[in-house]
Amino acid sequence: MNDYNFAYLDEQTKRMIRRAILKGLAIPGYQVPFASREMPMPFGWGTGGVQVSAATLTPEDVFKVIDQGADDTTNAVSIRKFFQATAGVDTTEETDKATVIQTRHRIPEAALNEDQILVYQVPIPEPLRFLEPRETETRKMHSLEEYGLMHVKLYEDIARHGAIATAYAYPVKVEGRYVMDPSPIPKFDNPKMTMPAIQLFGAGREQRIYALPPYTEVVSLDFEDYPFEASKADHSCELCGADDSYLDEVIVDDQGGRIFVCSDTAYCASRQTALQDAAAAQHEEISA
Amino acid sequence: MTLQKSSEEFFTEFSENSAPRPLFRVANIEKRYGQRIGCTGVNFDLYPGEVMGIVGESGSGKSTLLNCLAGHLEPDQGEVLFDTRDAGLVDTVTMAEPERRMLSRTDWAFVHQHARDGLRMSVSAGGNVGERLMAVGARHYGQIRDEAIDWLGRVEINETRIDDRPSAFSGGMQQRLQIARNLVTGPRLVFMDEPTGGLDVSVQARLLDLLRGLVRQMGLSAIIVTHDLAVVRLLADRLMVMKDGHVVETGLTDQVLDDPQHAYTQLLVSSVLQV
Ligand SMILES: Nc1ncnc2c1ncn2[C@@H]1O[C@H](COP(=O)(O)OP(=O)(O)OP(=O)(O)O)[C@@H](O)[C@H]1O
Ligand SMILES: [Mg+2]
Ligand SMILES: [Zn+2]
Repeated sequence: MNDYNFAYLDEQTKRMIRRAILKGLAIPGYQVPFASREMPMPFGWGTGGVQVSAATLTPEDVFKVIDQGADDTTNAVSIRKFFQATAGVDTTEETDKATVIQTRHRIPEAALNEDQILVYQVPIPEPLRFLEPRETETRKMHSLEEYGLMHVKLYEDIARHGAIATAYAYPVKVEGRYVMDPSPIPKFDNPKMTMPAIQLFGAGREQRIYALPPYTEVVSLDFEDYPFEASKADHSCELCGADDSYLDEVIVDDQGGRIFVCSDTAYCASRQTALQDAAAAQHEEISA
Repeated sequence: MTLQKSSEEFFTEFSENSAPRPLFRVANIEKRYGQRIGCTGVNFDLYPGEVMGIVGESGSGKSTLLNCLAGHLEPDQGEVLFDTRDAGLVDTVTMAEPERRMLSRTDWAFVHQHARDGLRMSVSAGGNVGERLMAVGARHYGQIRDEAIDWLGRVEINETRIDDRPSAFSGGMQQRLQIARNLVTGPRLVFMDEPTGGLDVSVQARLLDLLRGLVRQMGLSAIIVTHDLAVVRLLADRLMVMKDGHVVETGLTDQVLDDPQHAYTQLLVSSVLQV
């Protein structure tokens, strides 16, 4: 059906990537360099995540892709189709049916389990980059655990905005050792990162892979008098009523009308279905 | 030959007559750039609370020496011993890098000639002062900020400037900020390379007064490299005169300046040499 090797990459490349992944799992939060390959898509499309997924997928896997929480964006659809075509794997939009989930900017609302792998697309893997552009220096800072600069960044946030304004890519410390960029997920998702599933992070342009084994301790950095808060918009979802999920603000008309809806479309859809079923059951009861 | 001898004699004499333990001991330091000598045969002891000035014309090896002492350059020869809190006198040249880097942001401080080399220009004044505190584990924003305000006051920067970036500061203010940023962790030894260089004369005078006040208040030990004899006159207890990478004369500052022994120092003091 196609001329590609399974999941597009050749076996040697996949082995190289798997070695990087295994090393990453052995040293949680440590950025492992790898020889990133050209993929038939631009860097902004998550080539790092795609390569990690390619090295991770087996023919039995069920694959899900989300972009900002949604299964139906161009980016998510393209990547899903790419692996349908090159690996022939089944795909799904349902979080609990997927065994490998590639994501950009979100962690699914539904709790993940030990049989699942979450693959993140990462644009900038180096959390220290903001204040220290020299790669040689940041590498040394990681190896010597010199992380004072991360707090300088948070200090600047509070000095300028009165609170830690960092809302995405909020830095974390992994198992009390490496400081890590969780990719641009909202800080609302940070507490979920201590989870039963394996988490793999791929940065294509920057040629780095890092990883979190199941149940790894992940702590968001903060100050004693400005503790970390996993904040979200103070609303409930207009469509499913959820008040515990991360919400996107959506403009609904040209009069500036706006509503809040779940960013995780699969979560929202499953809740809407459940609500409808419950309503139908109630209706049946009444008419019976 | 004879030049080197005199400095060694001084070294021996000084260490024998002094009962307290030196804070810093420099033994036979040499640094070459290929065939060219950066500095060679440098020996001295620095005692707690003492300020040592290093003077000499351009290219005489002052910065090379200072950078070897502060761990920025690796000397080809010699020892740089520091009286560490844990283990007493330890050779910082052969010390493991993590320990040396830890020293550099706790017990040591380095004031660069150009403030922008010693400041983070994209970070506010308060963040600049707070960085060393956070580097050693301070995690209370309010306390870090209070400390930063206190230190800005000590270097005569109005606390209303705490959230401004150094790029909005004058050269003199930048230099004072760099000093605050370095002294906030209460270092025991401060290295300074031309701290007043490149500033207007009136600005220099104010900075010198400030430095002298801080050195006295905090009982700082310091090694100051400068072209400017007025700087060492005001700040340094002892003086080392360098020429072509060698120490040609050393002694108490007033003695050296008022009664120079070496012909080169005589020229230097009489301002015949444009240093
Ligand atoms: N990186 C380098 N490579 C080669 N030679 C160097 C280097 N740095 C300094 N030198 C040489 O070593 C000698 C001492 O230079 P150094 O910069 O230490 O002098 P200095 O006394 O600090 O001068 P200045 O007063 O101009 O700052 C000079 O001959 C200089 O040209
Ligand atoms: Mg110099
Ligand atoms: Zn919803």
